[in-house]
Amino acid sequence: MAQRITRRTLLKGAAALAGVAGTGALDRLSPVVYAQGERPPIRIGFLPALTGTAAPSGRDMLDGLTLYLDQHNTTIGGRPVQLIVEDTGGNPTNTLTKTRKLVEGDRVHLVIGPLLANEGYAIRDYVIERKVPTILSVVSADDLTQRKGSPYLIRTSWSSSLPSHPFGEYAYATLKYRKIAMLGNDYAFPYEVNGGFQRMFEAQGGQIVQRLWAPLGTPDFSPYVTQFRRDVDAIYATTAGADAIRFAHAYRQYGLKDRIPLIGGGTLMDESLLRGMVPEDAVGVVTALHWSAALRTPEARKFVAAYVAKYQKDPSYYAEACYTAGRWIDVATTHIGGKVEDRDAFLLALRSLQLPDAPRGPIRLDAYQNPIENVYVRKVERAGTLTGPASQTFAAQSGGLVNSVIYTFHNVSQFWTFKPEEYLKQPVYDRNYPPCKFCG
Amino acid sequence: MSWTVGQRRPAAAAVVIIAGLATLPSVAPTYYLHLLTLTFCYGIMAMSLDLLVGYTGLSSFGHAAYFGVAGYTAGVLATRFGWGFWPAAGTGVAAAALTAAVFGMLAIRAIGPYFLIITLALGQVIWGLAYRWVSMTGGDNGLRGIPRPLLGFGLNLGRIQEFYYFALAVTVVATGFMYLLVRSPFGLSLRGIRESESRMRVLGYDTFLHKYLVFVIAGLFSGLAGTLYVYYNSFVSPGDVNLVASANALLMVILGGTGTLFGSLVGSALLVFLQNLLSGITQRWLTVLGVILVLSVMYAPLGIVGAARAILARATSRPGTHDGAAPAPKPAENGEMVGPNS
Repeated sequence: MAQRITRRTLLKGAAALAGVAGTGALDRLSPVVYAQGERPPIRIGFLPALTGTAAPSGRDMLDGLTLYLDQHNTTIGGRPVQLIVEDTGGNPTNTLTKTRKLVEGDRVHLVIGPLLANEGYAIRDYVIERKVPTILSVVSADDLTQRKGSPYLIRTSWSSSLPSHPFGEYAYATLKYRKIAMLGNDYAFPYEVNGGFQRMFEAQGGQIVQRLWAPLGTPDFSPYVTQFRRDVDAIYATTAGADAIRFAHAYRQYGLKDRIPLIGGGTLMDESLLRGMVPEDAVGVVTALHWSAALRTPEARKFVAAYVAKYQKDPSYYAEACYTAGRWIDVATTHIGGKVEDRDAFLLALRSLQLPDAPRGPIRLDAYQNPIENVYVRKVERAGTLTGPASQTFAAQSGGLVNSVIYTFHNVSQFWTFKPEEYLKQPVYDRNYPPCKFCG
Repeated sequence: MSWTVGQRRPAAAAVVIIAGLATLPSVAPTYYLHLLTLTFCYGIMAMSLDLLVGYTGLSSFGHAAYFGVAGYTAGVLATRFGWGFWPAAGTGVAAAALTAAVFGMLAIRAIGPYFLIITLALGQVIWGLAYRWVSMTGGDNGLRGIPRPLLGFGLNLGRIQEFYYFALAVTVVATGFMYLLVRSPFGLSLRGIRESESRMRVLGYDTFLHKYLVFVIAGLFSGLAGTLYVYYNSFVSPGDVNLVASANALLMVILGGTGTLFGSLVGSALLVFLQNLLSGITQRWLTVLGVILVLSVMYAPLGIVGAARAILARATSRPGTHDGAAPAPKPAENGEMVGPNS
């Protein structure tokens, strides 16, 4: 009997403790940010992935948007903001359920997010059916602003193959590569990044002679690295998340780093990953993206300085994307006098907006609501070797790595130099498209 | 066995619960209808898993496979081949049962951890198909755009209120079927197999056939859940078929109480609601969820329904005499898995 009493007391104690902890957490971590004002708040639903494999990127998303709201007193277009953050866990089903909660439970005026391509596809039909203005702040799946586009989907980030098209030409014309072997994580995002590169590289006369696909979360890249053909001019790789760190490490360990140059999609050397890389693995790798924390424009320096001061880390593209998404909504809302309830006017304002001075450079939208923006060819360098404004980045201060910009393509469209109608006749890039003509 | 004694009260309780759920759409915000519809989908899957885990003693670790096969089959037929609701849904459920019939042949031969590993591996085969057969399944991007149908009688499943009623009806029917199954002589033989397979074999029961049949039936109901789910979400992705999805189903069963059937519905509700309501309150929702799970396993090893039954039994059977001499069963303390009627 005595034992049971102890057990019951223990249960009560534990329940009380959990309750106290829960209430404490509620106070400290409540994601609802409120600011007082005369006008009713604008309710914004935000869908980062704060748990799961994509959590580091999701955290950067939240930090970026929070920084913007903090800088502007949690007001947008003159109205206070109620930001409702829902963690998607990087799982498309959860993302859909959370979006329903934001739309039907919280009655948000607009939704920002999500992160992954499959999350974007999961919520697409629902937000269109409910006519909710949706800012695709990070998700880059090509078709969301191409074959599956909609007036309700407004992308402020990028489409996966947008930086790859110019980079494919750059690799041929400037880097003078003729034969390249490719590696990518085995899912839709790398298919699109690599597909765009292959298309333009081969259009110039180059040859992709090998394509390897490694599952997401590959623990050891040795079997892939050792398969690479050695008679190529360069290796092109696109990975996501921590795979990049393991891949780059294996690449150097097997002695390829000094023999064959490594280039790739922007996420291979994202700022969020450079923090965790061995410097020797990363130095010299050339990638293309619409953002670098080492950009020298005053707008970029101002943003990076504020971000570093608040979070003690370099802003990754996820952070810049959500910071700019906040700015985008702010300017559009100001333009219509804060009347976000007028959905058509709000959508029109969101669509017709141009930001000449975003941290990443000038942005405007094409007819499919995808940004026309600069693409930067970046080379990883040790920060110590830099001088001037770029040395102000956080990584630079700690003697780490930065993405120095070595070339800029201005105002790149998702259709590159093609006519949109002509471009859209082709299928979306995937595992077997474009076909690998020179593999074998 | 108490077949007839005390049958009236549970029946009355069921009627009250169903009536309560049926009146909900007129009072509750639509968001809760969404969560409840999800609860029904996962609940049917968890109950069908309970047929294996709780009643037959087969711990399947790949139960999401049948859910996914049905969901993908119905989804592919509806989107790529333009099939109507009833044929696509029916084929989806049949495909799940067929998959279970094939997988059952391979898995039922093994017992214990080996059975668990084989079901896990077979589940991963289905996941691999969903992930890799891009031309059919859409791969990692998932399969979207599955249309919610207009049924006869002016029932438009595109609206959540009406889909909710549809899901409720499917759940009630499926639960009824499974309830009858576990109460039937067939269900009793399953429990016999759980307790001692060798004795059942000595008694002349074909235990392989029993296990195989219940495996297929469980697959069929999991497929029913998957079909309901895919029409509800209009979307299905490899995340609904993977190991985590299978583990979640198992968690719902354990949380609600293995071998209690309805417990799986409770477990499903608990997990769906906790996951979605907690994460709106704190970013540390996984931690809170973990604490709740640990506490419930420590203090309610029979699951929520099991614990509730034990408390109820204690309250009714021994009024007033706490230290009485009557050796009433104390299932919560010896940690033994006790069936509902034992």
